[in-house]
Amino acid sequence: MITTQSVSTGSKPLKVEKTSLFLETLQRMVKGPGAKVGTALFVLIVLASICAPLIAPYGPNDMDLENMYATPSAAHLLGTDGLGRDQLSRLLYGSRYSLSLGLSASLFGALAGVFLGSVAGYFGGKTETLIMRLMDIWSSLPGMLLCILISATLGAGFFNTVLALSIGEVPVGVRLIRGQILKERAKEYLEAAEAINCSKFSIMFRHLLPNVVQPVLVNVTMGIGMVITMAAALSYIGLGVQPPTPEWGALLSAGRLHILNYPHLIMFPGLVIAITVLSINLMGDGLRDALDPKLRS
Amino acid sequence: MAKYILRRCLWMVVTLLATAFIIFTILYFTPGDPARVMAPGASEADIQVLRHQMGLDRPYLVQLGDFLYKSFLKLDFGNSYIYKVPVFQELGNRLPRTLIIGLSAMVLNLAFGLSLGIFAGTHEGKWQDSATMAIAMVFISAPDFWVALMMIVLFAAKLGWLPAYGIGGIKYYIMPIICTSLGGIAVNARQTRSSMLEVFREDFVTTARSKGQAENVVIRKHMLPNALMPIITTIGIGFSRIVAGSAIIENVFSIPGVGLYMLNAINSRDYPAIRGSVLFFAAFTALVMLLVDLVYSFVDPRIKSQYSSRR
Repeated sequence: MITTQSVSTGSKPLKVEKTSLFLETLQRMVKGPGAKVGTALFVLIVLASICAPLIAPYGPNDMDLENMYATPSAAHLLGTDGLGRDQLSRLLYGSRYSLSLGLSASLFGALAGVFLGSVAGYFGGKTETLIMRLMDIWSSLPGMLLCILISATLGAGFFNTVLALSIGEVPVGVRLIRGQILKERAKEYLEAAEAINCSKFSIMFRHLLPNVVQPVLVNVTMGIGMVITMAAALSYIGLGVQPPTPEWGALLSAGRLHILNYPHLIMFPGLVIAITVLSINLMGDGLRDALDPKLRS
Repeated sequence: MAKYILRRCLWMVVTLLATAFIIFTILYFTPGDPARVMAPGASEADIQVLRHQMGLDRPYLVQLGDFLYKSFLKLDFGNSYIYKVPVFQELGNRLPRTLIIGLSAMVLNLAFGLSLGIFAGTHEGKWQDSATMAIAMVFISAPDFWVALMMIVLFAAKLGWLPAYGIGGIKYYIMPIICTSLGGIAVNARQTRSSMLEVFREDFVTTARSKGQAENVVIRKHMLPNALMPIITTIGIGFSRIVAGSAIIENVFSIPGVGLYMLNAINSRDYPAIRGSVLFFAAFTALVMLLVDLVYSFVDPRIKSQYSSRR
């Protein structure tokens, strides 16, 4: 890790403060008011999803047949659905599915993208042409369409959905990493690494990657929000994660039939999705500002 | 320049061929027999006869070749299993509805996205900037189909101003167009703002100001053309995304467009319709991207000269 030293002047003895690059970036990230709010919200949402069994007033599948389609009240803060299941509890449990879908799909897509992008950028030549042309074909179908297709082909289920969601993210990561590596390829530290006979693998992933990974980090963060929205859209049109799983999109999908009579079944899940995605986007914005070398003095 | 366009077009054909190959292969190996979709509840012998009639008992490569030949050289995507009409014709019938929504949303995106972005960019750091950007952030984050549902609840159910779903007069298109454009307006506003800020401190802007040019001329003549490059890309991607993502909004409003056609085809395993609509979307995206690249070279003479000198 790179360390920074702040040296105090004057007669006092030299005080050396060591902070990691990671911490420094985090500090810089939460500087703006938007990023502060976003990070706080996101931490809160993650905590809520981890502690769902502790804070949820009911179980996600507990039915209360006397209180079907109840509007928000003291007993059921966000109302109940057609089987009398408490909506707040379902949303809390559902956050586990939605968040993990978003996180794992964008991570998975980014990992594949980083790997292919590093190979393309570092090896160059025919390998690069092949990979980049493949990516052109890959991204000739817009993400949502590809996602719908893959999801329909693979069928429902959590892991199939993760795969379907992540596939559209790959080409973006490949292009970003390759672009960065092209800028970096001629630098001396790579020549030095080659001179001391480092393996290609080690040069690529130990020396090159840490220097080029920043834009991908921003992209992954922004991607999580997009993936959560896409996952919800998928479940909404009947693909992806299926009811009775309380995934947020599946809740929307189940509530749409009663939209005119019981709009609270649609309103709250969507609101929760919007707030979550908003918090992630705000964080991503902050991260981009923190990592953008143009803004660094 | 002509060489460049030719190369781009050739590459487009290659991309489309690859897409056709992939979509055919995926569907070929997906479990589920199209013959059974055509004739649910038929006897085993009947199914075999039907398979033979449909050419499904031929080897994979023959079927693939047949599909590529027909769809690329004859523009014949076959007949839909469900509706029994040619897919190409059905796509043509439905395309106007998807395009009305897509194009109108694009116009709104451009008009509002650009002006809001310029507004925010020229008020950098003031409350107008923060307010615009905060609202843009909210609309980027809210799922468009949810906004659509909420609008139905408000404008159709509560106020009764607009019809909730289906097609008919112009009234039926208002909500779909607005819902489709909201996210794009927000993205364009953000992109425009950051592009404007990037050219804000360029020397040529300072020069224009110092020679006493009016501020709105500086913005229109000097800043905007230079800020336009990334905006064009965003708009191009946005348009292809709107059309390819039309499935969701058309599903919400029950608009029989191309997107809903594909979605229904997927749900009913109507293979010719799936292949046809996916190929259509791929071709559409490729065309839009080609246009974006061409516009690029016209807007930025630097790129144009690069191509004419090198190739």
